[in-house]
Amino acid sequence: MAEEYEPVIALEMHAQLKTASKMFCACPASYGGPPNSQVCPICLGMPGTLPVLNRRAVEFAIRLVLATGGTVHPRSIFARKNYFYPDLPKGYQISQYESPLATGGMIAIDTEDGPKNIGLIRIHLEEDAGKSIHQENGESTLVDFNRCGVPLIEIVSRPDLRSPAEGHNFLLKLKQLVEYLDICTGNMEEGSLRCDANISIRPKGTGKFGTRCELKNMNSFRGVERALNYEIMRQTKILAAGGVVEQQTLLWDEKSNISLPMRSKEESHDYRYFPEPDLMYLDVTPEWIEQIRNEMPELPAQRRRRFIERYGLPAYDAEVLTSSRPLADYFEAAVAVSGDPKPTSNWIMTELMREIKETDITRIKISPESLGELLLMIKSGEISGKIAKDVFGEMILSGKQPKAIVASSGLTQISDESLIAQTIERIISANPDNVKKYLSGKEGLFGFFVGQVMKETGGKANPALVNKLLRAAFARLGKK
Amino acid sequence: MEKLKAREIAALIAAGDCTCTETADFFLSRIESLNPKINAFISFDRTAAMARAEELDRALKSGKAELSPLYGVPVALKDNMQVKGQPTTCASKILTGHTAVYDAGITVKCLKAGMVIVGKTNLDEFAMGSSNENSAFGPVRNPINTSKVPGGSSGGSAAAVAAAMAPLAFGSDTGGSVRLPAAFCGIVGLRPSYGRISRYGLVAFASSLDQIGPFALDTTDMALVLAAAAGHDRHDSTSVNQPVPDYAASLEQGLANLRIGIPREYFGEGIEQPVRSAIDNLISGLRADGVKLVDISLPTTKYCIAIYYIIANAEASSNLARYDGVKYGLRIAADSLIDMYCATRTAGFGAEVKRRIMLGTYVLSAGYYDAYYRRALKVRSLIRADFDEAFKKCDLILSPTSPSTAFAFGERTDDPLKMYLSDVFTVAAPLAGLPAISLPCGLDPAGLPIGVQLVGRYFDEESLLRGSYHIERMLARG
Repeated sequence: MAEEYEPVIALEMHAQLKTASKMFCACPASYGGPPNSQVCPICLGMPGTLPVLNRRAVEFAIRLVLATGGTVHPRSIFARKNYFYPDLPKGYQISQYESPLATGGMIAIDTEDGPKNIGLIRIHLEEDAGKSIHQENGESTLVDFNRCGVPLIEIVSRPDLRSPAEGHNFLLKLKQLVEYLDICTGNMEEGSLRCDANISIRPKGTGKFGTRCELKNMNSFRGVERALNYEIMRQTKILAAGGVVEQQTLLWDEKSNISLPMRSKEESHDYRYFPEPDLMYLDVTPEWIEQIRNEMPELPAQRRRRFIERYGLPAYDAEVLTSSRPLADYFEAAVAVSGDPKPTSNWIMTELMREIKETDITRIKISPESLGELLLMIKSGEISGKIAKDVFGEMILSGKQPKAIVASSGLTQISDESLIAQTIERIISANPDNVKKYLSGKEGLFGFFVGQVMKETGGKANPALVNKLLRAAFARLGKK
Repeated sequence: MEKLKAREIAALIAAGDCTCTETADFFLSRIESLNPKINAFISFDRTAAMARAEELDRALKSGKAELSPLYGVPVALKDNMQVKGQPTTCASKILTGHTAVYDAGITVKCLKAGMVIVGKTNLDEFAMGSSNENSAFGPVRNPINTSKVPGGSSGGSAAAVAAAMAPLAFGSDTGGSVRLPAAFCGIVGLRPSYGRISRYGLVAFASSLDQIGPFALDTTDMALVLAAAAGHDRHDSTSVNQPVPDYAASLEQGLANLRIGIPREYFGEGIEQPVRSAIDNLISGLRADGVKLVDISLPTTKYCIAIYYIIANAEASSNLARYDGVKYGLRIAADSLIDMYCATRTAGFGAEVKRRIMLGTYVLSAGYYDAYYRRALKVRSLIRADFDEAFKKCDLILSPTSPSTAFAFGERTDDPLKMYLSDVFTVAAPLAGLPAISLPCGLDPAGLPIGVQLVGRYFDEESLLRGSYHIERMLARG
């Protein structure tokens, strides 16, 4: 019988901090400017320049340490990681090595067997490198230094993860956390959150670790899960065939869904770390930590509790709505207009979430205020719930205000009783057979009459009124 | 005018007896006529310097000038300091074609003090050397005797002041690179405490040791130029935010209430006889002058050279990694990235720079780091502790600046170790972050200057200058 293996996974993540300026100079740290438009002599590594630490970056990093229960060290030391690469203008990256900002802490993930704590080894500060852009003709490589010097934190987990799904969930939890802490956009596609993995497999039930491989270049949340699955399969095949897993670094290829070993030449770095002499030791006082603690934004669990207590939402709704900070922000902005928490929650959890699925909620065309407006219009009877769905569809496409859509397409609900009564009379006289059947007890035909009225009125009749007036009309007929 | 001190030139300008333009023109003409022989300058820009002098004259005329004790005084900067729009070569081929895109902290200070930057002086490539023979632009000649080296690495700055091509100059001192050339050229050179002058815009050799230091004709000029250059710079995290004293104001106090320590480890074998005699005479003179002399010990002295070359080269190997042909300076085209790196760095760096990069890379390598670099850091803290202990007994420490006077070209180039030993008395102060000054204290029989060094407490440049002033006066009295 084939042996059963279990994977042992540790993740190493990098999160770009969304400070206004870079780690060691005053250049903007924002994403997406034209190449080399956000650079200065310092981040370009011009001769004679020196780094000056961005205190905000330290505070952002400490937020994450506090949120994960780690220990901020009173003194940490910046170190140089030396290697040659064109997008590394100084020939070294300023990082932390022997004395990181923080150690310990954990992040809770959801598994089939309930919550599980994944330990963190360390969180440290470093600067990002630039970006090499290889020309398609293969003839040249250009370098964009905009990213160079953007503050990063590196978060290294313990090898506590036991499946790709756990790895995926861990990454989602980290994304949720950094979004809530307002320190990182959490966008993997833009590279503001990056993930490498160390993975080995071992016969299930054994305590010893197998030989691990390092996986790099996973550029999406799904990519991480797929790459881990692929790697488990690859290592399992080797072991099952009686082979030995070779320690190496593999690059995930998102297009072909396979990973390939990195050339050993690129791998064999001796980084020659040593303390960065251009920066003082980073001393963090208890007072500073307290100040950062006092400025901490609300964390997911706190917000979940508040949603239940303040808005009276069911636990499930609160859980879903607080799963990401932008979604929770969206809900709160919408409910501020609609004034009705539960219907707002329902619309977000069904209609809105169907639309956003994988895309980012911040890119959706409907503003939370417009959604609140739409809900107000339903509540006041101006439009029916059914029409509201059509209006919603239109809002998704055009981003227009619901009132404008309703006005321009004449979708306003008909609540004029005499108008609806006239329509009902017309339908009753046009369908004598069905009226007879209904009056003789075929109650199911009621829906047919409602449908006819709605059809006549182009769906605009107030459904509650239609029901009421139809029953009144049949009551009169029955008595005759 | 070539005999005038910087403060005397400034006084003439302030009194209207001469203009900044006339002064600049005078020194630029000196540079033009003497440089072919001395080779003290790598570049000088007459047009830019004259434009600056005219601007200062106009300000003076309109009454808008902020007069300072050095207003209108020409100054030369070692060519490892950035002056926007001017080339910065570091005396290396690797920076061929590079023009500075920003002003160094020292450049800003010079301009703020109303000085005129007349040119960029020659040096050992990337400030690595003790004789100024390691320059891609040829060696600097000692103005006292052109068959001798001027000392390194700030040989150009020292020679410029000694030959009156500029009344003031700045060099950088990592292991003695200001004090040694000051001693060899017979002028005053000061290395301030680490953090006293901004390093921003000083091209790094060994970041934890590099300090900019001035050259002047006497201690009073030195006090003025140090005050102009010192102070905190937010661009340099290692610069210290402490007020800058009026150094000139306390000079007259001389050595009153200051004790001088004589470290016995600095008076062993290997000192040339004329140097030995000059220092002995000086010590006797001080004693006769009523100065309190104390015998002290700095037991870690014998490790200083080794520790210095481990730490300095380790940092240099990292600091010089940026010269890779990608962004600026020299690039030798090749088929692959690695080949381009190798070709560029092979062609761009001189032999001494390559030697130090290799040594530095070695001591940081996996498997050697603990034995060399980490251990060196530990010994470095012992060296600091030695000085702390010594300064309990004295206020200044006196020694020769160098075991010898200026040597001949080629005399030590074949033996790097012998060359490194030129720094034997100067490397300890930088390792401990302490200020030190070298001033002339006599001539050897060949007429070559001998330098005496004083080392002071951290951030106590005042005592250093008072001591220097006292010795200067005493020697002048004869």
